[in-house]
Amino acid sequence: MASVYEELLERANARWAQLDKSDTPWIRVQGGTSGQAAGSDEVIAAVRSAVKTAGVTANVTSVSAIGLMYLEPIVDVKMPGAPRVLYGNVTPEFASEIVEKHVLSGQVITDKAFAYWGDRSSAPDGIPHIEDMPAFARQTRIVTRNFGTTDPHDLLHYVASGGYSALNRALHEQTPEGIVNEVKASGLRGRGGAAFPTGVKWSFLAPNKAPVKYVLCNCEEGDPGAFNDKGILENDPHTLVEGLIINGYATNSTHGYVFIRQGHEIPINATRKAIRDAYEAGLLGKNIMGSNFSFEMEVALTGDSYVAGEETALMEAIEGKRSTPRFKPPFPAAAGLWQKPTNINNVKTISYVPSIVSNSASWFKSTGTETSSGTAIVCLSGHIKRPGMYEIAMGMTVREVLEEIGGGVEGGNEIKALQTGGPLGGVLGAEAFDVQIDFDSMSKAGAILGSGGIIVGNEKTDVVDLIRNLIAFTQFESCGKCFPCRLGNTHMLEVLDRMCKNEGRAGDLQLIEKVGMNMKVGSLCGHGQLGFNPIASALKYFGDEFEERMSGSLAPAGSFDDGSMIMPTRTRP
Amino acid sequence: MTTASRETGEKLRERIRHAISSQQQPTVTVLSSLLAVQDLLHYIPDEAVEEVAAFSKTSINEVWSVASFYTNFRFTPPGNVTLDVCWGPSCHLMGAQNVLKAVQDELGLNEEATTEDGTVTLRYSTCLGACANAPVVAVDHHMRGRVTPVSAAQIAASLRKAPPSH
Repeated sequence: MASVYEELLERANARWAQLDKSDTPWIRVQGGTSGQAAGSDEVIAAVRSAVKTAGVTANVTSVSAIGLMYLEPIVDVKMPGAPRVLYGNVTPEFASEIVEKHVLSGQVITDKAFAYWGDRSSAPDGIPHIEDMPAFARQTRIVTRNFGTTDPHDLLHYVASGGYSALNRALHEQTPEGIVNEVKASGLRGRGGAAFPTGVKWSFLAPNKAPVKYVLCNCEEGDPGAFNDKGILENDPHTLVEGLIINGYATNSTHGYVFIRQGHEIPINATRKAIRDAYEAGLLGKNIMGSNFSFEMEVALTGDSYVAGEETALMEAIEGKRSTPRFKPPFPAAAGLWQKPTNINNVKTISYVPSIVSNSASWFKSTGTETSSGTAIVCLSGHIKRPGMYEIAMGMTVREVLEEIGGGVEGGNEIKALQTGGPLGGVLGAEAFDVQIDFDSMSKAGAILGSGGIIVGNEKTDVVDLIRNLIAFTQFESCGKCFPCRLGNTHMLEVLDRMCKNEGRAGDLQLIEKVGMNMKVGSLCGHGQLGFNPIASALKYFGDEFEERMSGSLAPAGSFDDGSMIMPTRTRP
Repeated sequence: MTTASRETGEKLRERIRHAISSQQQPTVTVLSSLLAVQDLLHYIPDEAVEEVAAFSKTSINEVWSVASFYTNFRFTPPGNVTLDVCWGPSCHLMGAQNVLKAVQDELGLNEEATTEDGTVTLRYSTCLGACANAPVVAVDHHMRGRVTPVSAAQIAASLRKAPPSH
């Protein structure tokens, strides 16, 4: 009798062959949150209607986004026997033209295609291979390997591209201890910000004999400028689901939760569907793939609260309470969700696990640096030519990412400042651009890699105004539990706001520094402890600009003549 | 107040009870129940706080403490559509302040609020998650990227004419 996995793989291969190897053209339209923002919903509707009007037989599929967001909406046409051809910045009108010319008449619209993908020997004239595009070539795609190619809502697409073979292998060939050791040996470190060794974290939970144990996956991702966690869930949710099941098996856990903020419908729906489909295929629930291992999984939604991304606050939110951080100890591995032993990992961290189990720890370690193995998934936004989501080997420098992948500055002459690692990360100046992207080098430079968000500011960026924006965020998002954070952020924002309006007072810089130090020592979680980080790093790289702002010689900062900024006024009661 | 008349009484409570008791996910909590109500009604009426407390066997105070904490919950009915405008740092650098100002002017508002005619609720968002296509706005969670002050004001204007989506 064929195993659960073999049967699934057979179905998947048949399904894939039907699409990829058939005599029918295959039109993929890339979706996702960012794609939607660029207009992909309208484009896929236009493709479908043009196909219908033309009376042509074609498979039209909404697929994951490849990460080249500056080219969105992206349409990918595969004619029988030919390589894929990708069109960027497609409008609904141009989508109809693609169907008429390329699909109906087999005529590639060369001047509007940005790349082809596939066999180089049958290259269409005048279009580069996707692997010759710097924004693609400089990437090392491990977690994002399927992005741009598969339908995130189709389990069989994932299986056809090798999915769930790691789980099959883990359950039938490896022991839980063996997997924990493999993850330890891989050098995988947490991608949520703290960079703690993942295998070590798992080994805290694994030996606990409690009958109910939880593994939580954190996709709160409230960081402005970061969209890679939601990106994984909406583009390849089964990578995360498979990783979390392996995480559960390795730690002898019984339940998994994927924690997402309400309102992000695209990743939420993709994850819920993936979990439902995994249950139906026997990949979740009792005796997974015929093994002795049983595991339940669900999506837990949080309301809007940035601090809910802190690990103990997250557990409060799953329990349905206000998401404020708990005192530690006890640590989650001893008493976490509902006081049961618990592990929490970031989405990206868990998403590496299937590849590590499939390919071995030493394979994973061969990418990256000595202390930061593997890749980083960076999100470029702001004043950059090619904003997007890119997976790069650890050890590339910030400058390489900005210039070779990002294509350099947009709307100006040079890059002046970078905001990295979320609002509690740092603001870096040009001196720091040669720093390597890895956990240790970044933190030495006064920033954190954190969520992987890199927001780029050109030479017109007013750093004091940018800092006011960041502190307005941290002020708004303080959960209010610890008063140094609650009042400190408010106080710092007041001072920055008056500085931007040229109403700064002598000693203001010293004042915010003092407030920041009080927040650091007097707050329970990172939100308060790191709250002064953005200012400290900005002072390090742009101290002169603060001095100049204080001198009153500049026009008021920000977008308006009076130096004001529009921001929310709600506070938590 | 909006043009939508505010439903009260036993019929409303019944709908709320149904929303709370028919949640699909296995883990049902005060927060998940409040989210279910907000999905249904787009706000949390006092009746919902009471019903969630009864269902969860906890106090009205406990439910209220959760509802008042998360900034997505609102306690009066919103307009026919909700327009989120992002003011996060990526959008900020790409001109979000001028987008916000243009939308405010178009809607005749100077803060997060609902237009007088009850058609559009304006919200400031800390991040909509489509930063690569900044500046971003969202119409009832549907993303619209690469907006300008002019195009955002046009979106806002078109929403005032749109029929209620909920």
